[in-house]
Parts: sequence; C-alpha cells; structure tokens
Amino acid sequence: MDWSALTLSLKLAGWTVLILLPLGIWAGHALAAYQFRGKAWVEALMALPLVLPPTVLGYYLLVAMGGASPVGQFYESIFGKPLVFSFEGLLLASVIFNIPFAIQPMQRGFEAIAPEVRDAAACCGLSRWRTLWRIELPLAWPGILSAVVLTFAHTLGEFGVVLMVGGSIPGETKTVAIAIYDRVQAFDTAGAGVMSAVLLLISLLAIGAAYFTNARSRIRRHG
Amino acid sequence: MAEGIRVRLRQRGPIPLDATLECAPGKVLALVGPSGSGKTTVLRAIAGLLRAGEGEIHSNGECWFDSRRGVDVETRRRRVGYVFQNYALFPHLSALHNVMEALLDRPVAEREQRARDVLARVRLAGLEGRVPAALSGGQQQRVAVARALAREPQVLLLDEPFSAVDRATRQRLYRELAELRRDLAMPVILVTHDLDEALMLADQLCVLHQGRTLQFGDPYAVMTRPDTVEVAQLVGLRNVFRAGVVGHDEARALTIIEWRGHRLEVRLQVAFAPGAQVTWVIPQGHIMLHRRDRPSRGERENPVSGPVIECLPLGENVALTVAVNGPDRPPLFLTVPAHVARRNGIATGVEIGLSLLADGIHLMPSDDTRTPAKPR
Repeated sequence: MDWSALTLSLKLAGWTVLILLPLGIWAGHALAAYQFRGKAWVEALMALPLVLPPTVLGYYLLVAMGGASPVGQFYESIFGKPLVFSFEGLLLASVIFNIPFAIQPMQRGFEAIAPEVRDAAACCGLSRWRTLWRIELPLAWPGILSAVVLTFAHTLGEFGVVLMVGGSIPGETKTVAIAIYDRVQAFDTAGAGVMSAVLLLISLLAIGAAYFTNARSRIRRHG
Repeated sequence: MAEGIRVRLRQRGPIPLDATLECAPGKVLALVGPSGSGKTTVLRAIAGLLRAGEGEIHSNGECWFDSRRGVDVETRRRRVGYVFQNYALFPHLSALHNVMEALLDRPVAEREQRARDVLARVRLAGLEGRVPAALSGGQQQRVAVARALAREPQVLLLDEPFSAVDRATRQRLYRELAELRRDLAMPVILVTHDLDEALMLADQLCVLHQGRTLQFGDPYAVMTRPDTVEVAQLVGLRNVFRAGVVGHDEARALTIIEWRGHRLEVRLQVAFAPGAQVTWVIPQGHIMLHRRDRPSRGERENPVSGPVIECLPLGENVALTVAVNGPDRPPLFLTVPAHVARRNGIATGVEIGLSLLADGIHLMPSDDTRTPAKPR
C-alpha cells in the first residue's frame, strides 16, 4: 500500500473541492439566475472536459502551463520553480478538468428553485446575501453536495490528465491512480488490488453519504 | 401628497401595457381581465419585480418608480406585501420562519413574537413549526398572507390567491379575507379573473384587457353599466344589442329606444341624442320572467316574448336562451332558478314572456369595431 500516494490523492481532491466550491456556487448561481449573451457558449466550454479525452486535455494543459508558455513563465518568475510536474500545477489542472463536475450539479440545484421564491425573498426585504445564504443555498444544497462528492471522487480517480501534467513524482504528483498503474506494470497485482479496493471504498462511502444526506433532507422538507 | 397608491404604466413590449389605477388605504381594488391581459404584469411592476417602459408609481407620497426622473426603487426597499399565485413559500423553512424572514428590519428579540402574533391573526396558531409541505393549500395561503402582512407593507398585492384551493376552502378564505381587510390600513390590490370574487371582495374594480385599463369604478356599476361593448363582453354580459334612440321623457326619467320594432323604456340617459344609434346591454338579473298562472303589474314594463330555443340545467339554475323576433337574430339570455323553470313548465320550444326592467337597460355608444359578434 502506497500511503504517500493515497495521502497525495486525498490532499489533491480536498484542495480541488475547496477551490471549486465557492467558484461553483458563484458560477452555478449566475448561470441559473441570469440570462446573458453567449451563455450557451460559456456552458458548452465548461462542459468540454466531459467529452474531451483526458490525454487531450492534459496535453493542452501541459502546453499552457509549460516553461515556454506565459503562464508557466509567470509562475516560475514568482515562485522560482516550474508549474508543470509540481503539486500546484496538478491542482490547477485538477480544478480545470473538474469544472463540469462541480458547476453543472450546482447550476441544476439553483435552477430547481422556483423564480417566485426569489421574488418572494425580495418582497420580504431580504438582501442578495441573505437570500443566497438563507434561501438559495439551503434549497440548492442537494446539487451542491452532489458537486462536492463528484469532484472529490473524480479527482481521486483521474488518471490521464494527472499523468500528462504531473508525471509520476512520488510525494509530489504521484497519485493513487498512478500508483495502481505502476504496480500493475511491475506485476504487483496484490498491491494494485489493495489500493484499488481502498479507492473503491472511499468513493463508495463518499457517494453513499451524499445519497443518504439528500434522501434525509428530502424527507425533512416533505414531511 | 395623496395617500394610497397611484400607478401609471406604459410600454409597447414585450408585454404591452397602458394602465392607470389608484387605490386608497383600506380599500380593495380588484384587477380583473382574461388570462394574459397583463394583470400579473401590473402587480409585478408595482412590486418592482419588473421594470415598465415608462410611467410612475407613487405609494403614500413616496416615489417608487418614475421613468422620466430615472427613479426605480429596488423591490426589497418598496415595502410591498406580495401573495403569489402559488404562494412561493420558502419550502425548507417552517411557517414561523417563513414569516420571520419578512421581519429582518425589526430587533431580533421582537421577531419571533411578532411572527407568532401575525400567524395567530390568520388562524394558524399551533401550526407555526410546520414546513409548507405539511400544511394544506388553505393553510399555505394563510402563511403567505401572514408573511406579506408581517412587514406592515404600504400596499398588499394578491395575485389570484384563491385559485389554488378547492371550492369549500375558497369560500372560507373569502370570509376570512373580508374580515381581515376591515383591520387593514393599506391599499389592497387583488388580481383575479373571477368576477364574482371581485364583486364579493372589492371596493373598486379595474378591467384590464391586453394591458390596457378599460374601466375603473364601483364593481357593481362596472358590471352592470359598462362604458363600452368591449367591457360588457369582458365582464360577461351576453345581452348586448343595437337600437336607435327615439327620445327622452325627462318627466318620467326615461329614455325611449326602438329595438326590433319594440319601444323600450330605459333609465334616462340624455347623453345619447334622439336619432342616435346605440348599443344597449341588460344584465341577466334585470330580465323578469312572466309567470303563466299569475300575471302581475311588472309585466307592463318592456314586455317581449319568444320561444325558448335552449334550456340548459346548471345545477340549481336553468340557463335559458330565448329567440325574440325570429330565430335568426341574436337571442336573449337569462338564468332562472330550477324550481321556477319547473313550476312554469319551461322547456325548449315553449313560448315565454319576459320584462326587460327599465332600470337595468344601459346604453353605450354604438361601437361594433371591437365586437367579434355584431349585436343587432
């Protein structure tokens, strides 16, 4: 069992969720509540990681973050180390390829709120913040929870993008999915089996917890 | 500055509007019109949920909207109480917390007591802890009313508040609203497409069609004395005919018109000169059926007769269609209690006598440009 790979995967998944949670709430809310020109294009662009092969996305991210790119050069001039093949680079890639998993369920969650409920909140004198905090977030909660769980589980299991952008540096970019692949390559099927089972268990627990919580909140709301 | 609310809205699209209305404190104004006539749009504009192309909205001397001066006060600062058609309660909050959300401008310590008081006022004491899904339709409506009243709004807006409940509940809620409104100090604007509801609850009626306010006034007057043929049709008056003015008999306070060879005496309406073509209308309640067994003095008033061409039982009443002066001309419509129809042996084909009560005949300018079916 490669504990450092598991820890790294959990750390990557945790940070990805932490970054995408506020971003997803903001974007999901905006996409659900407002109509604007080019909205369909924005939505299409954000859904792209769903259909693009991970290696293709990984390739573009590698090129975009590499030492020859403005982003890579800017990062290197500030932190004195390259962005690619580092944990930070991996995190950036992880945030990007998880955008649809985070934003779409949240957007659906906000869209499920009847527009009159927002109107009623305004007529009650609620500020925008209070409406978001007291009305919209609790009502969109199932969508937000789904987004968190999907993002977390998807990050744990992502392989192609991680390999392209992060390589396989132990303790820095070697996630548990990569470690499993390495073990299989080394004919250590027992080690790969244990790690796969651990990954399976964590994902199942996360998704199970989400379903359980959603079901309970539905029961509470509908008496 | 005048108290109450004054509204003038105009826009070409997306929903055309040309509406002017006002409502004094403590009065109920019913905004009636068919579906799609712009009733809800007017209400949303008053609440600031929709910005009209141009116009003004003043409430208790405060300007909420003035397109020329660029004033457009945010909804949350307008102090409106809005009861939405499907109530729009916050589904995850209890009745108590639904109401408390409308009390954020009060000190925290006061909010709960005030919310409980308002809920008790709409007879929901004991149900404060329930979420909307655990309340009946009528109870949900009361929570919505309580939430709207809790803020002590400057105007109470009710958007078809009775449409989502069953008939028995609706009758009870009518009585409750009628009771409640005696204590309300603010203007109340009630949107409805149900004229009986408007007649029962409102002090004033405003008829809206395609975003235009057509007539404004006492509900009974609007419904029996419409300004135009269009209003007559919108308020469901079916007996609309054309006639010529013969003259006025001011001594007897009567105007004489000629209709299909009958000289009809109608309430004095000197605005129409002798010789003018007019459209006249009579509400069904002003058509009297002659009893076959016992003729009465009332029968001398504008008597007409003809065969019943349709006799349609509608529960306790029977809707009659009577051909006067030939079957090819627009018939008269009237409704009589079922027992009256039975006792007089009324059936299809039977010849009956009717009196058109002079006081109920109302004259309007002859205007058939807007009428789909030409009155004759």
